[in-house]
Amino acid sequence: MKLPPFEYACPTTLPEAVQLLAAGDGEAKALAGGQSLVPMLAFRLAQPKLLVDLRKLADLRGIRISEKGVALGAMVRWREIEDDGRLDSAHPLLKAAVAHVAHYQIRNRGTVGGSMAHADPAAEMPGIAITCDAEIAVVGTAGARVIQAADFFQGPLTTALTPDEIIVEIRLPRWPTGRRWGFEEFARRRGDFALGAAAVFYDPDADGKATNAHVGAIGVADRPLRLDAVEEVMNGQRIDDATIAKAEAAASASVDPQSDIHASGAYRRALIGTLVERALQRAAA
Amino acid sequence: MSVRFEVNGKPVAVTVEPRTTLADCLRHQLRLTGTHLGCEHGVCGACTVLVDGAAVRSCLMLAVQAEGTKVVTVEGLSEDADLTPLQKSFRKHHALQCGFCTPGMITTAHALLSEEPDCDAARVREVLSGNLCRCTGYISIIEAVLDARAAYRPKVRATDRP
Repeated sequence: MKLPPFEYACPTTLPEAVQLLAAGDGEAKALAGGQSLVPMLAFRLAQPKLLVDLRKLADLRGIRISEKGVALGAMVRWREIEDDGRLDSAHPLLKAAVAHVAHYQIRNRGTVGGSMAHADPAAEMPGIAITCDAEIAVVGTAGARVIQAADFFQGPLTTALTPDEIIVEIRLPRWPTGRRWGFEEFARRRGDFALGAAAVFYDPDADGKATNAHVGAIGVADRPLRLDAVEEVMNGQRIDDATIAKAEAAASASVDPQSDIHASGAYRRALIGTLVERALQRAAA
Repeated sequence: MSVRFEVNGKPVAVTVEPRTTLADCLRHQLRLTGTHLGCEHGVCGACTVLVDGAAVRSCLMLAVQAEGTKVVTVEGLSEDADLTPLQKSFRKHHALQCGFCTPGMITTAHALLSEEPDCDAARVREVLSGNLCRCTGYISIIEAVLDARAAYRPKVRATDRP
């Protein structure tokens, strides 16, 4: 369908953008790449009175890599992550996950901040944020604050952002050398939303046993999940066939996915076990 | 709102409602009806155009967001009345039947080959997975794109030869 009518503003500073959103009184939406919001408008699932375009805000751009980790400006597009060779070592898990995000044309426009704010339960970026304990830096009329990924996603398409807040940056903690990782996704067609995906990493100790296990899952609940039970199975163990089998069972047991037109709940429960298994095999290889 | 950008090498100035997509602006105001609209929500890829060289879905971009950019539509790929090598390759390989998806296929493949003239079949398939075709079964499209790669590789000039 054609988009519903709205007004449009294209501020040049972040404070101006925040003021415009605040003045919208809950009826204004920030527009980043538009690859989720514009379809929402086309379906009339969203009918904001005002769109505040963030494209001129230089503060939201750029990928910064430092001792502290990787900071992604909210307006960083998928394509920029794909093209940034530094991320192959600075955050290989991010790079692997982003390779699954959407189709070619969408990747040239879609942004990390937009994906986080949209909070689709099957989207890769929110899953990586949850898996990696990301921090989401936001700014609003009450000032700047940092939201932990675990507190950010509150349900399908629902986040902790207030209507006047804009995501500035997504911060992923430093990725140490020697970390083992895997990312496995299943979709009927490359680039489509995942039926499920698993992101895993751990830091092997001197004996080769897993420490600091992190396991995330997308597409199996109303928001991206951390699978604590799988992490417990892994920590202190070698990631061998026996541990991987236990991890697979724990993954399936710890989710309760809904059935929808794409797959039944039972299918998704089995799928997430298999994806965790494959991701761990890849991590341990 | 008034917006200025460049389309197929020529500057344009249009007055649009904020809700007007780039696709509708191109078709209705600029009468460039080569850009087709299938789904109007970013699934089918038929409306793909190039914005500053990158393939984008023009149904998911507002015309007001195109301010200051260089837009190329399927009409702008050929510099004269002749077909481009990629378009010729589509004809040679029967890579279209009804033709509705073809402008999006051509613009997308043109962007891909411009950046990756040595891409393999798997990469072509991955990139074109965002463009739906209900006639061909895709095989002939993949073959046409692969066959057009040579035209996008830098040519060895006569003066470079030893």
